[in-house]
Amino acid sequence: MKTSEEFIYDSARRGPVALEELRGIFRYRDLILQLIRKDIVARYKRSVLGVAWTMLQPLGMMIILSVVFSTLFSQVKGYPAYILSGLIAWTFFSQATSAMMTQIVWGGALLRQIYLPRTSFAVSSIGTGLTNLGISFIPLVFIVLIIGLPIRWSILFVPVSMLLLGAFALGVGLIVSTMSIYFPDVSDMYSLVLTGWMYLTPIVYPETLIPEAYRYWFFHLNPMYYYVKIFRAPIFEGVIPDGSTLLVAALISTVTLAIGWLFFSKRSDEFAYHL
Amino acid sequence: MPEDVIRLEGVSVLYRKPGEKIRTFKEYAIRILQRRIQFKEFRALNDINLTIQKGEIFGVVGNNGAGKSTLLKVVSRVLIPTEGRVWIKGVVTPLLELGAGFHPELTGRENIMLNGTILGHPRREIEEHMDEIIEFSELGDFIDSPLRTYSSGMYARLGFAAATTWEPDILLLDEVLSVGDESFRKKCEARMRGFRNGKTTSIMVSHSMESVMNLCQRVAWLDHGTVRAVGPAVDIVAEYRKAQPGAGA
Repeated sequence: MKTSEEFIYDSARRGPVALEELRGIFRYRDLILQLIRKDIVARYKRSVLGVAWTMLQPLGMMIILSVVFSTLFSQVKGYPAYILSGLIAWTFFSQATSAMMTQIVWGGALLRQIYLPRTSFAVSSIGTGLTNLGISFIPLVFIVLIIGLPIRWSILFVPVSMLLLGAFALGVGLIVSTMSIYFPDVSDMYSLVLTGWMYLTPIVYPETLIPEAYRYWFFHLNPMYYYVKIFRAPIFEGVIPDGSTLLVAALISTVTLAIGWLFFSKRSDEFAYHL
Repeated sequence: MPEDVIRLEGVSVLYRKPGEKIRTFKEYAIRILQRRIQFKEFRALNDINLTIQKGEIFGVVGNNGAGKSTLLKVVSRVLIPTEGRVWIKGVVTPLLELGAGFHPELTGRENIMLNGTILGHPRREIEEHMDEIIEFSELGDFIDSPLRTYSSGMYARLGFAAATTWEPDILLLDEVLSVGDESFRKKCEARMRGFRNGKTTSIMVSHSMESVMNLCQRVAWLDHGTVRAVGPAVDIVAEYRKAQPGAGA
């Protein structure tokens, strides 16, 4: 903590806000950790299942979907593991980005009274999501083993996939939460978009379901296609994702995060006037 | 030689809201295209010039809507001024509204940690101050119970203890001293007076003229976003009281 001798705030001499936010996140890193802790601990303190619920939710979905669709998609070997590996990536993405918009309520009350890096709540939402994602790996590994598919060393690649998807989610979330501060109906529109988006991504069905002619539109223009792929490869297929998919994913992550961060930071000075 | 720690130069805060309430994105897009948006302006603060020196306990009085809270927001960086310049030397610690920053499911202890990081302190520093905070709050064993089991008085004690244990550079109080029972209020005032050691600067917004005259050296009277008068506490309070309806000549 800087001593008062060093710390001067001059509203006439601020640098670029995006940089200020970046420095702020680093200085307030203990806060980010505390916010993640609050999200996870407070949420489960009074529930019967506790943290186990994080694991059971995607697992439950997987069971339902397997029962319903396994005959339809019997050509997919190890269908339950196929779904689950894509599902946990999707669940992370949709929950973390949606949570950012609701965090604005609790966070907003706070931001009205004390200066915090405005991106704190977005970053902590991603952190919470990644933690939950990590926890939900446990049942996934079990399922894969039960089905009889091997767990290979490629599974150690998963943290990289998590990082890339996390960056993308942060970028998207920052953009969507900025808009939702000005227009409350954005969060409703976003849930609709998410629902449709999920069906456009080959999570529940194999890629082969979509005719060759449409694959470009459904998959190659769909960012989540790449992220689901780099999650499936190390767990379900037992290989490291191929270079071109990784490259595209990394590119999308970097660009989205940069745009989201800049857009959010630029508008963040106005937030206090709107909250 | 007392030094300046807070300088407000020509500070204005201008709110610009759409004339009619536009609540959806669709409406906004349509109206922008039709060029039918009219904005209403509201000046919460208008050309404020103030200098506050280190160690002062500075009071701010005024009617509701005068801009007192807005003034604190500009000092605490919550609001960037629309016009003018804010210059602050030191770290600003606002005393948070009861409930803000505290989570009801977490224990008092856990909330002290959360609150401390919100105020910008690293984890280790908070741990060092933990015992002191618990002692001042007089919460005893309740410190390990979830916050939702606390009475509003206990809440107040925890909040005040957690915010003031740090010997803040600059402390902002927005009418928060009015909570808690008599004995606690006396404790708070004692701690505030302790801040007169010269290291802590405080800005105190209050509707209680008694507290203001008790604790503050200088006071500013804010009226409709402008500084109507600044001076020694007793004088300004007298002026303010005279201007109240029903005060007589």
